[in-house]
Amino acid sequence: MPEKKIRVLIAKPGLDGHDRGAKVIARALRDAGMEVIYTGLRQTPEMIASAALQEDVDVIGLSILSGAHNTICPQLMKLLREKGMTDVTVLVGGIIPEADVSSLKLSGIAEIFLPGTSTQDIVDFIHKRVDRN
Amino acid sequence: MSEKPRGTTQTLTPADASESQRQPSAKELAWEKNTLQPILEKSPERRAEFTTISGHPIRRLYTEADLHDWDSARDLGLPGDPPYTRGIHATMHRGRLWTMRQFAGFGTAEDTNARFRYLLSQGQTGLSTAFDLPTLMGYDSDHPLSEGEVGKCGVAISSLADMEVLFDQIPLANVTTSMTINSPAAVIWAMYLAVAEKQGADWKKISGTIQNDILKEYIAQKEYIYPPEPSMRLVIDTFEFGVKNTPKFNTISISGYHIREAGSTAIQELAFTLRDGMEYVEWGMRRGLDVDQFVPQLSFFFNAHNDFFEEIAKYRAARRIWHKAMVERYKSQSPRSWALRFHSQTAGCSLTAQQPYNNVVRTAIQALAAVLGGTQSLHTNSLDEAWALPTEFAATIALRTQQIIAHETGVTNTVDPLGGSYFVESLTNEVERGAWEYIDRIDAMGGMVAAIERGYPQREIAEASYRYQMAVDKKDKIIVGVNDFVSEEKPLETLQIDETVAHRQAERLRKLRSQRSQAEVERRLNALRNAAKGDVNLMPFLYEAVKSYATLGEICDAMRDVFGTYEEVAIT
Repeated sequence: MPEKKIRVLIAKPGLDGHDRGAKVIARALRDAGMEVIYTGLRQTPEMIASAALQEDVDVIGLSILSGAHNTICPQLMKLLREKGMTDVTVLVGGIIPEADVSSLKLSGIAEIFLPGTSTQDIVDFIHKRVDRN
Repeated sequence: MSEKPRGTTQTLTPADASESQRQPSAKELAWEKNTLQPILEKSPERRAEFTTISGHPIRRLYTEADLHDWDSARDLGLPGDPPYTRGIHATMHRGRLWTMRQFAGFGTAEDTNARFRYLLSQGQTGLSTAFDLPTLMGYDSDHPLSEGEVGKCGVAISSLADMEVLFDQIPLANVTTSMTINSPAAVIWAMYLAVAEKQGADWKKISGTIQNDILKEYIAQKEYIYPPEPSMRLVIDTFEFGVKNTPKFNTISISGYHIREAGSTAIQELAFTLRDGMEYVEWGMRRGLDVDQFVPQLSFFFNAHNDFFEEIAKYRAARRIWHKAMVERYKSQSPRSWALRFHSQTAGCSLTAQQPYNNVVRTAIQALAAVLGGTQSLHTNSLDEAWALPTEFAATIALRTQQIIAHETGVTNTVDPLGGSYFVESLTNEVERGAWEYIDRIDAMGGMVAAIERGYPQREIAEASYRYQMAVDKKDKIIVGVNDFVSEEKPLETLQIDETVAHRQAERLRKLRSQRSQAEVERRLNALRNAAKGDVNLMPFLYEAVKSYATLGEICDAMRDVFGTYEEVAIT
């Protein structure tokens, strides 16, 4: 039986439209054999949580460059807990000051990828994490 | 080490489309045989192929053979004369330096007003306003979607009251101001004009720029509200209003900057921006405006990226393309329409979060390219902007960088010092040729709005950005401190945005709504809504609405009621 593909939701929350990173990651993960759903722009935490539930994803990747991460991430994590989706791995990529990294991880974000991360590092992280679960 | 010799066979010349037409002189052929070949056999070059950051192939050596169909009188000309390859002014930076215009904005209007006044006191010669995301998207600071974003990426402006604070004690009659605002540009401009009027500044004399370039929002930056048709109508409304009322104001800044930041190549940046410019000209003409009345108020905005010569070639080619388009496509009679004026900004996307002090060096070299390319105004990024909005310390170094180029390096002593270089002229030709190929393709699709609706430029940019990322991942392209020459470092002190901004803004809005005449606001918004349903120019309606202290969100909502909103089909 063929191995089940890892399913990833790439989401762009908040008002920001800078989607270069989100699109590059979506394509890199797809090229690495994953099933990738890209939400498009301006998704609220509610929209992201329901898309993740509906698409039954293993991973949610959030692209945030605007400085709104401390508002968006805790809201999304709360919604995921309410929906019983605690097994979904949530990743954040973008501009996150180092001072905010530990509090985001405490809220349940599995990993934060800062500018300059190679796409291969993200692919490897997802494999390690999802294969373990 | 980053660059090793690759492959053992070295060809004499890299592949290039124009290679077949190249006819080297007997002297050059003899040099290849007697001087070059023995060297290559002994020590091969570092790479099999050398390319620009955009992937454009670059030859080992450029000679007169690369300019075989180049005519100095026709293709280069003299500065201030068509085709403006050497610059749009006869004396260029000998006569007047470029405007040093640092983009600034954060927190509340008070915070940004203080930064503006600091920058002016430090010798900056023009202002440039960054608005926060809610403002850019036409939402008030207290809208639910604004949560977490107020004052973060720029200043929060929700009404004329905020705008009055933003420009407090800044004489708009003397200072030129650029405003990076697009979908709600007409509304913000109406607020600016209202402040100017209150200060007693003459509209006929004030100068500045609204970005107002909606096409590149659909293509790259994605801060759009309405669908293309009504958005273009608003842009042309500002052109028409500007011709009659503010003849010195740039009613648009047609921007390649964001196209490049989204990952395009230099040629794509040039082609899409210039084709956007042509689209605006065509829509203006369809409105019945006289080309030579409104085109002199259109300005451009380009990125200044890492690849030094490719950038310089891009600016030179841009002027040549615009001149050709104005004269041949639009039959313009006025040299004021032919000369492409541009602002430039060093490449934000080239800044690295790692080893951030290196960004000072990157920015200096990028700025130098913009200056040698003949820019009219320039923003230099701060070293900490891969992390946050700049601190005052970082912003000062960025401004000083421009002052060092202007006053210490000597590059402003002569006009277009690179003119006539075999390499620079060849690259200018190639970049221009590449851009025309794209322009022809977009023409064949029925113009830029049609091409955007098909996702064409969006797809081309996504392809290029993915190719570049793969090249970086494979270390074909090196980014110092990121994929090579990596070292440990201490975190940088960055600017913290006061988290009480959103609360203070909400409080200010609550007070505003309780103090203004609600009946007057309703009357103005209804008039705007009715006008939007017809085809009259909306600027006078927007002006009356902002003066009644209707908020940005209320005004944009009135137009949302009539125009609807735009959702793109996401391409990955």
